[in-house]
Amino acid sequence: MSLKIVVLAKQVPDTRCVGKDAMNADGTINRAALPAIFNPEDLNALEQALRLKDTYPGSTVTVLTMGPGRAAEIIREGLYRGADNGYLLTDRAFAGADTLATSYALATAIRKIGEYDIIVGGRQAIDGDTAQVGPQVAEKLGLPQVTYVEEIEEVKDGRIRVKRHIDGGVETVEGPLPIVLTVNGSAAPCRPRNAKLVQKYKRALGGQEKAALTKDGAPLPYADLYEQRPYLNIVEWSVADVEGDVKQCGLSGSPTKVKKIENIIFQAKESKTISGSDAEVENLIVELLANHTIG
Amino acid sequence: MNNVFVYCEMEGNRVADVSLELLTKGRKLASQLGCQLEAICAGTGLDGVEKQVLPFGVDRVHVFDAPGLFPYTSLPHTSILVNLFKAEQPQICLMGATVIGRDLGPRVSSALTSGLTADCTQLEIGSHEDKKAGKTYENLLYQIRPAFGGNIVATIVNPEHRPQMATVREGVMKKEILDENYQGEVIRQDVAKFVPETDYVVKVIDRHVEKAKHNLKGAPIVVAGGYGMGSREGFDMLFELAKELHAEVGASRAAVDAGYCDHDRQIGQTGVTVHPKLYIACGISGQIQHIAGMQDAGIIISVNSDPNAPINTIADYVINGTVEEVIPKMIKYYKKNSK
Repeated sequence: MSLKIVVLAKQVPDTRCVGKDAMNADGTINRAALPAIFNPEDLNALEQALRLKDTYPGSTVTVLTMGPGRAAEIIREGLYRGADNGYLLTDRAFAGADTLATSYALATAIRKIGEYDIIVGGRQAIDGDTAQVGPQVAEKLGLPQVTYVEEIEEVKDGRIRVKRHIDGGVETVEGPLPIVLTVNGSAAPCRPRNAKLVQKYKRALGGQEKAALTKDGAPLPYADLYEQRPYLNIVEWSVADVEGDVKQCGLSGSPTKVKKIENIIFQAKESKTISGSDAEVENLIVELLANHTIG
Repeated sequence: MNNVFVYCEMEGNRVADVSLELLTKGRKLASQLGCQLEAICAGTGLDGVEKQVLPFGVDRVHVFDAPGLFPYTSLPHTSILVNLFKAEQPQICLMGATVIGRDLGPRVSSALTSGLTADCTQLEIGSHEDKKAGKTYENLLYQIRPAFGGNIVATIVNPEHRPQMATVREGVMKKEILDENYQGEVIRQDVAKFVPETDYVVKVIDRHVEKAKHNLKGAPIVVAGGYGMGSREGFDMLFELAKELHAEVGASRAAVDAGYCDHDRQIGQTGVTVHPKLYIACGISGQIQHIAGMQDAGIIISVNSDPNAPINTIADYVINGTVEEVIPKMIKYYKKNSK
């Protein structure tokens, strides 16, 4: 049995290392100041897909991402770790998408890919923490879903069995293929890059990346490689390529609007600052005991 | 029509606390908007379930009771909400930001192309002016949440699409009975009219739910550690202090991500919200997402070696010092003075 697996992955700003220049004066995010990374839980999803490929030889793993030209990095990273191919959805019309418009774009691209048994992504992305895109894609494709997946246990006779986390416990559920899964960060971590695959794919580039390299009339380095080895050309898809409806993409396809953004300024309370000296810590403890806050 | 709906999550035949909290909030929103509050209970063996929800001021409760609706699976519950909402045209739908709510909400919003905001920390009613379109919208739901790693607070609105959907974590809103004898209409719906047989394709074959190992949510004293604790061993010190004070131990997301503490003790927007009388923050810088989960604490003590840590601005007491130095002293002087 061989499976066709699509991994949904997102390039995200690393919100875990936000510095002082992360916000522009107008309250928008200064993305240039933040490192762009492979969304952590999407790596857990990739690992589940690669394990299926190990178990069921002949299976293929396709990475699908949406973003600007530089998001081709996500496809390369997937290829380095064992994915077979990838697609980058990239178009100005996709910009400003909320989760619904994002899921619309991904669903049209998945239809364009055509054959799929399992669509798997991380539970949520660290820049939004919404966990919405997976289920929204499932609904748009009319597929069943299992979220909060910890481990894929078995695929047999057109059905899949997975272990998932629920509030305060675990569940084992079984459902038919094709299906959409979202994977938790506590699932098995992703395998590292494979040195041979890094050698094979290190010059893989998307169209916008090539354009950036040649923009001042410079010749594309190793230009003939891209003709000899077609797998080095990362495929970019526009709205038109996936036959999408522009009105349902990007800002215009997003029902949610950001009304207001506030930078965080805490209201200072009247606070008492003490040193860590023995006497001052003891005084505080005595004070809290006296007013029955503790004890 | 155009009422406020709350999806009530069922644990067997018991309505989850988070849903009762949302009914309380939903009642306030409905009164402000001059509309009715409606509840949806879907599960198996729900006789008398209305008694649990009506006292929160519910005007209509829709009961969907059929085998196969418990344990929860995505498709049947999605069909219930989608088909009910097509008929009832709610203006607002609230659900818990639980595993179930975060599985169901996006699915429903995708089917109805309505907007959904996850993990809101505040919900308000207000107006919105769209300057580009030259339109003003009255009585929209402001869905307020920290965003972008906690560096901003965003107010989200859905001007054109209904229902306006939001999920809220357990413990964020207060649970308050409006009137024990509140009279509302009970509508027992015919599940087969809402859910096609083909929806029951995903089977739950095994399920283990354990009672929570701790009562962080209801603890009167919380000792919480952040990334500044440095290690799992650092947290052992907090457990020791907590044991002395009869407190529970919590953690910031940074500490959980670093593996210093288990995920179920995470305090903040995407974890547990606590309302203790005393909160001792140790080595926590105080990102807004963390603050969102503990700002209602009575007294806040911050132990931090960085005098400029953001959490210090909301603390009642700031102890300038390293956790390694200060916490053993707190244990020592508590033992000395409490007897």
